[in-house]
Amino acid sequence: MSTLIFKNRPRIIGWYSVAGKKESEGPLGTTFSRVVKDEYFGEKTHEGAERKLFETAIQGAIQVAKVQPDIVFAGDLLNQIVSSSFAMRDIGLPYAGVYGACSTMALSLLVAATFVDAGVVQTTVAAAGSHFATAERQYRTPLEFGNQRPPCSQWTVTGAGATVLSADSKKSRLAITAGTIGRVVDYGVKDVNNMGAAMAPAAADTLARHFKNTNTKPADYDAIFSGDLGQIGEEALRDLLKDKGYELGENYHDCGKLIYSVDQKVDMGGSGCGCSAVTLNGYIMDKFQSGEYHKVIFMATGALLSPTTCFQGESIPGIANAVVIEEVTE
Amino acid sequence: MDKQEYAEYVKKITPKSKIGWSLVRAFVVGGLICILGEGLGALYKLWLPAYDETQVGSLVSCTLIFLAAVLTGIGVYDKIGYFAGGGSIVPITGFSNSITSAAMEFRKEGIIFGTCANMFKIAGPVIVIGVAVAMLCGLGYYLVGLFI
Repeated sequence: MSTLIFKNRPRIIGWYSVAGKKESEGPLGTTFSRVVKDEYFGEKTHEGAERKLFETAIQGAIQVAKVQPDIVFAGDLLNQIVSSSFAMRDIGLPYAGVYGACSTMALSLLVAATFVDAGVVQTTVAAAGSHFATAERQYRTPLEFGNQRPPCSQWTVTGAGATVLSADSKKSRLAITAGTIGRVVDYGVKDVNNMGAAMAPAAADTLARHFKNTNTKPADYDAIFSGDLGQIGEEALRDLLKDKGYELGENYHDCGKLIYSVDQKVDMGGSGCGCSAVTLNGYIMDKFQSGEYHKVIFMATGALLSPTTCFQGESIPGIANAVVIEEVTE
Repeated sequence: MDKQEYAEYVKKITPKSKIGWSLVRAFVVGGLICILGEGLGALYKLWLPAYDETQVGSLVSCTLIFLAAVLTGIGVYDKIGYFAGGGSIVPITGFSNSITSAAMEFRKEGIIFGTCANMFKIAGPVIVIGVAVAMLCGLGYYLVGLFI
Protein backbone atom coordinates (compact mmCIF):
# COMPACT_ATOMS: atom_id res chain seq x y z
CA MET A 1 0.00 0.00 0.00
CA SER A 2 1.31 3.42 -0.86
CA THR A 3 0.20 4.93 2.46
CA LEU A 4 2.53 4.27 5.37
CA ILE A 5 0.95 3.80 8.78
CA PHE A 6 3.46 4.46 11.55
CA LYS A 7 2.44 2.11 14.32
CA ASN A 8 5.04 3.37 16.77
CA ARG A 9 4.05 6.98 16.14
CA PRO A 10 7.36 8.84 15.94
CA ARG A 11 7.11 11.92 18.14
CA ILE A 12 7.89 15.46 17.08
CA ILE A 13 10.11 16.76 19.85
CA GLY A 14 11.52 19.93 18.35
CA TRP A 15 11.20 22.30 15.43
CA TYR A 16 12.75 25.48 14.19
CA SER A 17 12.16 27.86 11.31
CA VAL A 18 14.29 30.68 9.99
CA ALA A 19 12.96 33.04 7.35
CA GLY A 20 14.01 36.11 5.40
CA LYS A 21 12.91 39.75 5.44
CA LYS A 22 10.08 39.55 2.90
CA GLU A 23 8.62 36.51 4.68
CA SER A 24 8.84 38.31 8.02
CA GLU A 25 6.74 41.12 6.57
CA GLY A 26 4.03 38.67 5.49
CA PRO A 27 1.04 37.39 7.49
CA LEU A 28 3.12 34.56 9.09
CA GLY A 29 5.94 36.94 10.08
CA THR A 30 5.55 36.39 13.81
CA THR A 31 5.46 32.59 13.65
CA PHE A 32 9.08 32.01 12.64
CA SER A 33 11.64 31.02 15.26
CA ARG A 34 14.10 33.47 13.78
CA VAL A 35 14.08 36.15 11.11
CA VAL A 36 17.20 37.08 9.14
CA LYS A 37 16.81 40.42 7.38
CA ASP A 38 20.17 40.31 5.58
CA GLU A 39 19.71 38.44 2.29
CA TYR A 40 23.37 37.37 2.49
CA PHE A 41 23.11 36.29 6.16
CA GLY A 42 26.65 37.64 6.61
CA GLU A 43 28.04 35.36 3.88
CA LYS A 44 29.68 36.31 0.59
CA THR A 45 27.13 34.65 -1.69
CA HIS A 46 23.42 33.89 -1.69
CA GLU A 47 24.32 30.21 -1.88
CA GLY A 48 26.35 30.68 1.30
CA ALA A 49 23.34 32.35 2.89
CA GLU A 50 21.07 29.42 1.99
CA ARG A 51 23.59 27.04 3.56
CA LYS A 52 23.62 29.11 6.72
CA LEU A 53 19.82 29.13 6.83
CA PHE A 54 19.97 25.32 6.81
CA GLU A 55 22.58 25.21 9.51
CA THR A 56 20.59 27.62 11.64
CA ALA A 57 17.36 25.65 11.26
CA ILE A 58 18.92 22.27 11.97
CA GLN A 59 21.03 23.46 14.91
CA GLY A 60 18.05 25.41 16.24
CA ALA A 61 15.74 22.40 16.14
CA ILE A 62 18.36 20.19 17.79
CA GLN A 63 18.80 22.74 20.57
CA VAL A 64 15.05 22.96 21.14
CA ALA A 65 14.77 19.16 21.25
CA LYS A 66 17.87 18.81 23.46
CA VAL A 67 18.99 15.57 21.83
CA GLN A 68 21.81 14.24 19.72
CA PRO A 69 20.16 13.07 16.47
CA ASP A 70 21.28 9.84 14.81
CA ILE A 71 20.60 10.90 11.22
CA VAL A 72 19.63 14.10 9.42
CA PHE A 73 17.52 13.90 6.26
CA ALA A 74 17.56 17.13 4.30
CA GLY A 75 17.34 18.52 0.82
CA ASP A 76 17.02 21.70 -1.21
CA LEU A 77 16.53 22.97 -4.74
CA LEU A 78 20.07 23.72 -5.82
CA ASN A 79 21.93 21.43 -8.20
CA GLN A 80 23.42 18.44 -6.35
CA ILE A 81 21.53 19.65 -3.23
CA VAL A 82 24.62 21.55 -2.16
CA SER A 83 22.93 23.69 0.48
CA SER A 84 22.01 20.76 2.71
CA SER A 85 25.22 18.85 2.09
CA PHE A 86 27.45 21.86 2.73
CA ALA A 87 25.51 22.75 5.87
CA MET A 88 25.97 19.18 7.10
CA ARG A 89 29.71 19.45 6.45
CA ASP A 90 29.87 21.84 9.39
CA ILE A 91 27.23 20.19 11.56
CA GLY A 92 29.01 16.85 11.27
CA LEU A 93 26.07 14.53 11.98
CA PRO A 94 25.31 11.48 9.80
CA TYR A 95 23.35 12.74 6.82
CA ALA A 96 21.28 11.39 3.97
CA GLY A 97 20.30 13.87 1.28
CA VAL A 98 16.82 13.65 -0.15
CA TYR A 99 15.36 15.43 -3.15
CA GLY A 100 11.72 15.98 -3.90
CA ALA A 101 11.95 19.52 -5.30
CA CYS A 102 9.59 21.68 -3.24
CA SER A 103 8.04 18.58 -1.66
CA THR A 104 11.30 17.93 0.20
CA MET A 105 10.06 18.93 3.67
CA ALA A 106 7.32 16.30 3.58
CA LEU A 107 9.60 13.75 1.92
CA SER A 108 12.35 14.18 4.50
CA LEU A 109 9.73 13.94 7.27
CA LEU A 110 8.39 10.72 5.77
CA VAL A 111 11.85 9.16 5.55
CA ALA A 112 12.82 10.40 9.02
CA ALA A 113 9.57 9.02 10.48
CA THR A 114 10.08 5.68 8.74
CA PHE A 115 13.55 5.26 10.26
CA VAL A 116 12.29 6.06 13.75
CA ASP A 117 9.16 3.96 13.37
CA ALA A 118 11.19 0.96 12.26
CA GLY A 119 13.19 1.25 15.45
CA VAL A 120 16.55 1.37 13.69
CA VAL A 121 17.40 4.76 15.16
CA GLN A 122 16.18 6.78 18.12
CA THR A 123 16.20 10.34 16.81
CA THR A 124 16.14 11.86 13.35
CA VAL A 125 15.95 15.33 11.87
CA ALA A 126 14.05 16.33 8.73
CA ALA A 127 14.89 19.61 7.06
CA ALA A 128 14.38 21.61 3.88
CA GLY A 129 14.98 25.16 2.71
CA SER A 130 15.37 27.54 -0.19
CA HIS A 131 16.54 31.05 -1.03
CA PHE A 132 14.88 33.44 -3.48
CA ALA A 133 18.11 34.63 -5.07
CA THR A 134 19.68 31.19 -5.61
CA ALA A 135 16.47 29.81 -7.14
CA GLU A 136 16.17 32.82 -9.46
CA ARG A 137 19.71 32.28 -10.65
CA GLN A 138 19.29 28.56 -11.24
CA TYR A 139 15.87 28.59 -12.82
CA ARG A 140 15.32 32.10 -14.15
CA THR A 141 17.21 35.34 -14.93
CA PRO A 142 19.80 37.49 -13.10
CA LEU A 143 18.30 39.43 -10.18
CA GLU A 144 18.95 42.85 -11.69
CA PHE A 145 17.56 41.95 -15.10
CA GLY A 146 14.66 44.31 -15.77
CA ASN A 147 11.87 42.02 -16.93
CA GLN A 148 8.30 41.53 -15.80
CA ARG A 149 7.07 38.45 -13.99
CA PRO A 150 4.05 36.84 -15.63
CA PRO A 151 0.93 37.07 -13.45
CA CYS A 152 0.89 33.27 -12.90
CA SER A 153 4.41 33.17 -11.41
CA GLN A 154 5.30 32.49 -7.78
CA TRP A 155 7.94 33.84 -5.42
CA THR A 156 10.58 31.50 -3.93
CA VAL A 157 10.60 31.69 -0.15
CA THR A 158 13.86 32.49 1.61
CA GLY A 159 13.96 30.28 4.65
CA ALA A 160 14.59 26.85 6.11
CA GLY A 161 12.82 24.64 8.57
CA ALA A 162 13.80 21.57 10.57
CA THR A 163 11.81 19.06 12.61
CA VAL A 164 13.24 16.58 15.14
CA LEU A 165 11.57 13.19 15.53
CA SER A 166 12.08 10.75 18.37
CA ALA A 167 11.04 7.21 19.24
CA ASP A 168 10.55 8.25 22.86
CA SER A 169 6.80 8.55 23.31
CA LYS A 170 7.14 10.36 26.65
CA LYS A 171 8.77 13.37 25.12
CA SER A 172 5.84 14.79 23.18
CA ARG A 173 2.20 14.32 22.36
CA LEU A 174 2.67 15.33 18.75
CA ALA A 175 3.30 12.43 16.43
CA ILE A 176 3.55 11.48 12.80
CA THR A 177 1.00 8.75 12.37
CA ALA A 178 0.78 8.19 8.64
CA GLY A 179 2.08 9.37 5.32
CA THR A 180 1.56 8.90 1.62
CA ILE A 181 4.46 8.88 -0.80
CA GLY A 182 3.72 10.69 -4.03
CA ARG A 183 3.54 9.36 -7.55
CA VAL A 184 5.15 11.35 -10.35
CA VAL A 185 2.20 12.80 -12.23
CA ASP A 186 2.50 14.80 -15.44
CA TYR A 187 -0.50 16.39 -17.10
CA GLY A 188 1.58 17.99 -19.80
CA VAL A 189 1.95 21.52 -18.42
CA LYS A 190 5.02 23.10 -20.04
CA ASP A 191 4.84 26.65 -18.71
CA VAL A 192 7.68 27.00 -16.17
CA ASN A 193 5.97 30.07 -14.79
CA ASN A 194 2.88 28.09 -13.91
CA MET A 195 4.19 25.56 -11.40
CA GLY A 196 0.94 25.47 -9.46
CA ALA A 197 -0.93 24.11 -12.44
CA ALA A 198 1.85 21.59 -13.09
CA MET A 199 1.83 20.26 -9.51
CA ALA A 200 -1.90 20.23 -8.78
CA PRO A 201 -2.61 16.86 -10.49
CA ALA A 202 0.09 15.19 -8.37
CA ALA A 203 -1.38 16.79 -5.24
CA ALA A 204 -4.85 15.56 -6.15
CA ASP A 205 -3.49 12.06 -6.77
CA THR A 206 -1.68 11.91 -3.42
CA LEU A 207 -4.60 13.28 -1.41
CA ALA A 208 -7.16 11.00 -3.09
CA ARG A 209 -4.97 7.93 -2.47
CA HIS A 210 -4.39 9.03 1.09
CA PHE A 211 -8.10 9.44 1.83
CA LYS A 212 -8.87 6.10 0.20
CA ASN A 213 -6.09 4.16 1.91
CA THR A 214 -6.79 5.57 5.35
CA ASN A 215 -10.53 5.52 4.86
CA THR A 216 -10.83 9.17 5.84
CA LYS A 217 -12.32 12.26 4.23
CA PRO A 218 -11.22 15.90 4.20
CA ALA A 219 -13.52 16.84 7.08
CA ASP A 220 -11.75 14.36 9.39
CA TYR A 221 -8.80 16.72 9.64
CA ASP A 222 -8.55 20.07 11.40
CA ALA A 223 -6.55 21.35 8.49
CA ILE A 224 -5.08 20.16 5.22
CA PHE A 225 -2.04 22.02 3.92
CA SER A 226 -0.53 21.92 0.48
CA GLY A 227 3.03 23.19 0.09
CA ASP A 228 3.26 25.76 -2.65
CA LEU A 229 0.45 25.35 -5.16
CA GLY A 230 -0.35 29.06 -5.12
CA GLN A 231 -3.65 30.48 -6.25
CA ILE A 232 -3.95 28.60 -9.57
CA GLY A 233 -2.77 25.28 -8.12
CA GLU A 234 -5.11 25.60 -5.18
CA GLU A 235 -8.10 26.13 -7.43
CA ALA A 236 -7.01 23.28 -9.70
CA LEU A 237 -6.51 20.93 -6.74
CA ARG A 238 -10.02 21.63 -5.45
CA ASP A 239 -11.51 20.89 -8.87
CA LEU A 240 -9.37 17.83 -9.57
CA LEU A 241 -10.24 16.32 -6.19
CA LYS A 242 -13.90 17.00 -6.78
CA ASP A 243 -13.58 14.83 -9.89
CA LYS A 244 -12.21 12.09 -7.67
CA GLY A 245 -15.08 12.41 -5.23
CA TYR A 246 -13.52 14.47 -2.44
CA GLU A 247 -14.52 18.01 -1.63
CA LEU A 248 -11.98 20.20 0.15
CA GLY A 249 -13.64 22.57 2.57
CA GLU A 250 -12.65 25.64 4.56
CA ASN A 251 -10.02 23.58 6.37
CA TYR A 252 -7.82 23.44 3.27
CA HIS A 253 -4.95 25.94 3.02
CA ASP A 254 -1.93 26.42 0.82
CA CYS A 255 1.33 27.46 2.50
CA GLY A 256 2.26 29.45 -0.62
CA LYS A 257 -0.88 31.53 -0.30
CA LEU A 258 -0.59 31.96 3.48
CA ILE A 259 2.97 33.16 3.63
CA TYR A 260 2.67 36.43 1.68
CA SER A 261 -0.02 39.07 1.54
CA VAL A 262 -1.50 40.26 -1.76
CA ASP A 263 0.32 43.62 -1.66
CA GLN A 264 3.76 41.96 -1.53
CA LYS A 265 3.80 41.58 -5.34
CA VAL A 266 4.30 37.83 -5.35
CA ASP A 267 1.59 37.14 -7.93
CA MET A 268 0.19 33.65 -7.20
CA GLY A 269 2.03 33.19 -3.88
CA GLY A 270 5.14 31.65 -2.39
CA SER A 271 7.04 28.58 -3.57
CA GLY A 272 10.25 26.68 -2.93
CA CYS A 273 11.29 24.05 -0.39
CA GLY A 274 11.41 26.73 2.27
CA CYS A 275 7.77 27.71 1.77
CA SER A 276 6.27 24.57 3.30
CA ALA A 277 9.24 24.06 5.64
CA VAL A 278 8.92 27.39 7.46
CA THR A 279 5.12 27.24 7.50
CA LEU A 280 5.16 23.79 9.08
CA ASN A 281 7.86 24.62 11.61
CA GLY A 282 6.21 27.90 12.51
CA TYR A 283 2.54 28.54 11.85
CA ILE A 284 1.29 24.93 11.81
CA MET A 285 3.21 23.82 14.91
CA ASP A 286 2.05 26.99 16.69
CA LYS A 287 -1.55 25.98 16.02
CA PHE A 288 -0.86 22.55 17.54
CA GLN A 289 0.68 24.23 20.56
CA SER A 290 -2.32 26.48 21.05
CA GLY A 291 -4.65 23.50 20.86
CA GLU A 292 -6.38 24.64 17.69
CA TYR A 293 -5.17 21.65 15.67
CA HIS A 294 -5.25 17.99 16.66
CA LYS A 295 -4.91 16.27 13.30
CA VAL A 296 -3.47 17.77 10.16
CA ILE A 297 -2.36 16.64 6.71
CA PHE A 298 0.83 18.35 5.64
CA MET A 299 1.37 17.75 1.95
CA ALA A 300 4.29 19.42 0.22
CA THR A 301 4.25 19.64 -3.55
CA GLY A 302 7.19 19.61 -5.94
CA ALA A 303 7.84 20.26 -9.61
CA LEU A 304 10.51 17.80 -10.73
CA LEU A 305 11.97 19.84 -13.55
CA SER A 306 15.42 21.12 -14.36
CA PRO A 307 16.35 24.05 -16.62
CA THR A 308 17.71 21.52 -19.13
CA THR A 309 14.47 19.54 -19.39
CA CYS A 310 12.53 22.79 -19.91
CA PHE A 311 14.75 23.98 -22.73
CA GLN A 312 14.45 20.54 -24.32
CA GLY A 313 10.69 21.00 -24.44
CA GLU A 314 9.73 18.45 -21.77
CA SER A 315 6.62 19.01 -19.72
CA ILE A 316 6.80 19.43 -15.94
CA PRO A 317 6.25 16.33 -13.79
CA GLY A 318 4.84 16.98 -10.34
CA ILE A 319 4.98 15.09 -7.07
CA ALA A 320 3.29 15.52 -3.71
CA ASN A 321 4.18 13.84 -0.44
CA ALA A 322 1.79 13.88 2.50
CA VAL A 323 2.27 13.27 6.21
CA VAL A 324 -0.33 13.20 8.96
CA ILE A 325 0.62 15.06 12.11
CA GLU A 326 -1.55 14.20 15.04
CA GLU A 327 -1.88 14.82 18.73
CA VAL A 328 -1.86 11.40 20.37
CA THR A 329 -3.01 10.54 23.86
CA GLU A 330 -0.71 7.73 24.87
CA MET B 1 -10.00 15.37 -16.56
CA ASP B 2 -7.57 14.06 -19.17
CA LYS B 3 -4.49 15.97 -20.32
CA GLN B 4 -6.30 17.78 -23.11
CA GLU B 5 -9.13 18.92 -20.85
CA TYR B 6 -6.68 19.90 -18.15
CA ALA B 7 -4.70 22.07 -20.58
CA GLU B 8 -7.89 23.94 -21.49
CA TYR B 9 -8.90 24.17 -17.84
CA VAL B 10 -5.50 25.63 -16.85
CA LYS B 11 -5.76 28.17 -19.66
CA LYS B 12 -9.12 29.22 -18.31
CA ILE B 13 -8.05 29.71 -14.68
CA THR B 14 -4.62 31.28 -15.35
CA PRO B 15 -4.70 35.08 -15.09
CA LYS B 16 -3.48 36.93 -18.16
CA SER B 17 -1.25 39.99 -18.36
CA LYS B 18 -3.27 43.16 -18.66
CA ILE B 19 -2.21 43.97 -22.21
CA GLY B 20 -3.82 47.41 -22.54
CA TRP B 21 -2.23 48.89 -19.43
CA SER B 22 1.10 47.16 -20.13
CA LEU B 23 1.20 48.68 -23.60
CA VAL B 24 0.56 52.16 -22.21
CA ARG B 25 3.36 51.82 -19.65
CA ALA B 26 5.75 50.36 -22.25
CA PHE B 27 4.89 53.18 -24.66
CA VAL B 28 5.41 55.92 -22.07
CA VAL B 29 8.71 54.60 -20.65
CA GLY B 30 10.06 53.48 -24.02
CA GLY B 31 9.10 56.88 -25.43
CA LEU B 32 10.81 58.71 -22.56
CA ILE B 33 14.02 56.77 -23.17
CA CYS B 34 13.87 57.75 -26.86
CA ILE B 35 13.22 61.40 -25.95
CA LEU B 36 16.25 61.25 -23.67
CA GLY B 37 18.27 59.91 -26.59
CA GLU B 38 17.04 62.69 -28.87
CA GLY B 39 17.79 65.28 -26.20
CA LEU B 40 21.31 63.93 -25.71
CA GLY B 41 21.79 64.02 -29.47
CA ALA B 42 20.79 67.68 -29.60
CA LEU B 43 23.14 68.51 -26.72
CA TYR B 44 26.09 66.69 -28.28
CA LYS B 45 25.47 68.59 -31.53
CA LEU B 46 25.63 71.87 -29.60
CA TRP B 47 28.76 70.94 -27.65
CA LEU B 48 30.59 69.23 -30.46
CA PRO B 49 29.67 70.99 -33.70
CA ALA B 50 32.55 69.28 -35.53
CA TYR B 51 30.95 65.82 -35.09
CA ASP B 52 28.75 64.47 -37.85
CA GLU B 53 25.39 62.70 -37.45
CA THR B 54 26.88 59.17 -37.18
CA GLN B 55 29.42 60.17 -34.55
CA VAL B 56 26.76 61.96 -32.50
CA GLY B 57 24.57 58.85 -32.79
CA SER B 58 27.37 56.67 -31.39
CA LEU B 59 27.94 59.12 -28.53
CA VAL B 60 24.22 59.00 -27.66
CA SER B 61 24.21 55.18 -27.72
CA CYS B 62 27.29 55.03 -25.50
CA THR B 63 25.75 57.46 -23.03
CA LEU B 64 22.47 55.51 -22.82
CA ILE B 65 24.34 52.23 -22.39
CA PHE B 66 26.45 53.77 -19.64
CA LEU B 67 23.42 55.23 -17.83
CA ALA B 68 21.53 51.92 -17.97
CA ALA B 69 24.59 50.04 -16.67
CA VAL B 70 24.86 52.45 -13.74
CA LEU B 71 21.13 52.18 -13.01
CA THR B 72 21.45 48.38 -13.11
CA GLY B 73 24.41 48.50 -10.77
CA ILE B 74 22.58 50.54 -8.16
CA GLY B 75 19.51 48.32 -8.42
CA VAL B 76 17.11 50.72 -10.14
CA TYR B 77 16.81 49.38 -13.67
CA ASP B 78 15.03 46.16 -12.65
CA LYS B 79 12.39 48.28 -10.97
CA ILE B 80 11.94 50.35 -14.14
CA GLY B 81 11.73 47.07 -16.06
CA TYR B 82 9.13 45.65 -13.69
CA PHE B 83 6.98 48.70 -14.41
CA ALA B 84 7.65 49.20 -18.10
CA GLY B 85 8.21 45.68 -19.45
CA GLY B 86 9.07 45.84 -23.14
CA GLY B 87 9.32 49.63 -22.90
CA SER B 88 12.68 49.35 -21.14
CA ILE B 89 13.80 46.01 -22.61
CA VAL B 90 13.63 46.92 -26.31
CA PRO B 91 15.73 50.15 -26.31
CA ILE B 92 19.51 49.94 -26.18
CA THR B 93 19.30 50.51 -22.41
CA GLY B 94 17.61 47.10 -22.03
CA PHE B 95 20.48 45.51 -23.90
CA SER B 96 22.90 47.18 -21.52
CA ASN B 97 20.84 45.99 -18.54
CA SER B 98 20.83 42.38 -19.76
CA ILE B 99 24.63 42.35 -20.01
CA THR B 100 25.33 44.24 -16.78
CA SER B 101 22.86 42.21 -14.72
CA ALA B 102 24.35 38.91 -15.93
CA ALA B 103 27.89 40.20 -15.33
CA MET B 104 26.96 41.16 -11.75
CA GLU B 105 25.06 37.94 -11.07
CA PHE B 106 27.97 35.68 -12.00
CA ARG B 107 30.75 37.82 -10.53
CA LYS B 108 30.91 35.44 -7.55
CA GLU B 109 32.22 32.67 -9.80
CA GLY B 110 35.22 34.81 -10.70
CA ILE B 111 36.10 37.22 -13.52
CA ILE B 112 36.84 34.65 -16.23
CA PHE B 113 34.43 31.78 -15.59
CA GLY B 114 31.82 33.94 -13.95
CA THR B 115 31.49 37.41 -15.40
CA CYS B 116 33.20 36.90 -18.78
CA ALA B 117 31.64 33.51 -19.47
CA ASN B 118 28.13 34.55 -18.54
CA MET B 119 27.72 38.25 -19.31
CA PHE B 120 26.21 37.58 -22.73
CA LYS B 121 23.92 34.86 -21.43
CA ILE B 122 20.79 36.89 -22.19
CA ALA B 123 22.20 39.29 -24.78
CA GLY B 124 24.05 36.56 -26.71
CA PRO B 125 21.01 35.17 -28.55
CA VAL B 126 19.96 38.73 -29.43
CA ILE B 127 23.37 39.42 -30.98
CA VAL B 128 23.41 36.13 -32.89
CA ILE B 129 19.91 36.65 -34.27
CA GLY B 130 20.62 40.31 -34.99
CA VAL B 131 23.70 39.46 -37.03
CA ALA B 132 21.96 36.59 -38.83
CA VAL B 133 18.92 38.70 -39.74
CA ALA B 134 21.15 41.60 -40.83
CA MET B 135 22.97 39.24 -43.20
CA LEU B 136 19.70 37.96 -44.63
CA CYS B 137 18.38 41.48 -45.08
CA GLY B 138 21.64 42.53 -46.75
CA LEU B 139 21.40 39.60 -49.13
CA GLY B 140 17.76 40.45 -49.89
CA TYR B 141 18.67 44.08 -50.47
CA TYR B 142 21.43 43.06 -52.86
CA LEU B 143 19.22 40.64 -54.81
CA VAL B 144 16.37 43.12 -55.11
CA GLY B 145 18.89 45.75 -56.25
CA LEU B 146 19.96 43.51 -59.16
CA PHE B 147 16.51 43.76 -60.73
CA ILE B 148 15.62 47.38 -60.07
